[in-house]
Amino acid sequence: MTARLLAGPALDAGPEPLAGHVARLGPLPGPAERQGIAPLLESAGLLGRGGAGFPVGRKWSSVASRSGGRAVVLANGAEGEPLSAKDRVLMSTRPHLVLDGAELAAAAVGADQIVIYVGSEHRAARAAIERAMDERMADMRRIATRVPTELVAAPPTYIAGEESAAVHFVNDGDARPVTTPPRPFERGIDGRPTLVQNVESLAHAALIARHGDEWYRGMGRAETPGTALITIGGAPRPGVAEIEIGTTLADVAQIAGAPASLGPVLLGGYFGGWVAGPSAWQTPLDPQELRRAGSAFGCGVVRFLRDDECGVRATALILDFMAGQSAAQCGPCVFGLRAIADATARLAQGTARDDDLRRVGGWSQTLAGRGACRHPDGAVGLLRSALRTFDDDFNSHQRGRGCVAGRRAWAAA
Amino acid sequence: MKTSRASSRDQANRQDIRRKGDAYAGVGSSDLALGIDRITCDGYGSCAELLPEMIALDDWGYPILRPGPVPAALLGHARMAVDTCPVLALRLVAVARATMAPATNAPATSAPAAAVRAGGPARSTNR
Repeated sequence: MTARLLAGPALDAGPEPLAGHVARLGPLPGPAERQGIAPLLESAGLLGRGGAGFPVGRKWSSVASRSGGRAVVLANGAEGEPLSAKDRVLMSTRPHLVLDGAELAAAAVGADQIVIYVGSEHRAARAAIERAMDERMADMRRIATRVPTELVAAPPTYIAGEESAAVHFVNDGDARPVTTPPRPFERGIDGRPTLVQNVESLAHAALIARHGDEWYRGMGRAETPGTALITIGGAPRPGVAEIEIGTTLADVAQIAGAPASLGPVLLGGYFGGWVAGPSAWQTPLDPQELRRAGSAFGCGVVRFLRDDECGVRATALILDFMAGQSAAQCGPCVFGLRAIADATARLAQGTARDDDLRRVGGWSQTLAGRGACRHPDGAVGLLRSALRTFDDDFNSHQRGRGCVAGRRAWAAA
Repeated sequence: MKTSRASSRDQANRQDIRRKGDAYAGVGSSDLALGIDRITCDGYGSCAELLPEMIALDDWGYPILRPGPVPAALLGHARMAVDTCPVLALRLVAVARATMAPATNAPATSAPAAAVRAGGPARSTNR
């Protein structure tokens, strides 16, 4: 384990106050240096931490090129992913890192407004951010670089964190995705170019602005440098940890006290997928490496499947959640995810109809790319990984032989 | 009201568009591809009637597009399908920029696809 974002006071000490934050890390670079931060992030190799893993510096540059000084920065802390807690832990303990990052982003892209978008169910995170905003307002040294900042409580739905849904909510109070293009970076909040950036990405930017790109590259892998926050579940020591990028699942199991079983692990959360076996356990947790291996780092969820849990049942519960969280706008998502979830639930319960497994396999191939957002893509990606990882279990469930694993109900932690 | 119809129609239909569309492979492609506003689309299905070479319907009547540019020989039919969509959800988009539905977890800033309505008045499909 390592500590960059989470360095400083103990996490159970609550939010780090502004005075402690500045004393520990020093002030942010001045207004002149802030212009050059996007290229610095690009040379640091920072990838976005909301799930898609897009290069942060390039994203900032593309907003900057069209902002005309009137862009908006939306710091995305909706964190509707049931298995993830890293964003709320970061916001609750290091709120000033997130606000620093948002302020830097505003300077770099040419924004005159910041929205901090935090899941309404994350009460401690909202309280910490709100208090941190007050501290910064009261700090006269910050007047020159102050950008009007607003805290917006995101609805507690999975889809509210999707970037077009976030912008839609701020504009119209409706947290459902819209048809793109135009994407938020072209036309977002109040019709202005909008940078939507995950809060962890912003916090990394706040450290890179102080310590430089070489410092950032001093950890992690040559291909994807740096550290990452992950949320560990299904292990004796669950919770949020910071790891060097490239750490393996076997290492994470050791950190979390999980047995080195080489068994199934859900990587990347509900938008990610199941992996298992020796090669998966030795693959470096690096977004680019995992993408090549056909899985995903996503938002950094690492959920071990316990011995007494059934992968088919776990998958059925996830798919039921995903079907229920559809924004109910696009036919393939509304009807397709519901059909998949219902058939998988029958398989899990041992009440499958003759061709449920075959139908589920067919639908898993025909839904991706057919929604306004990527919600159906995420669900069928998870399903395809489950069909691969739990092939024998699915077949046994189809034949009504029930669970080869135990009966324990699957829960997030 | 749509109900779940017999399965695997999905897959059979996909093979069907592949076969029909393949007849036009190499004949000369246009620089336009099909795009759908998935929120607006209500699954009327007229597009699949008019352009079966490029469009199939899934188990619930929603379109599945054959990827890639529209063959030049089919462009007239494609325009007809676009113009007769009852909810104006079907579009022709410039193929070089057609990144409506990339296969991977899309970066938020991938190149935008410009919607080009074929004939008829310009119409914003956003919100």
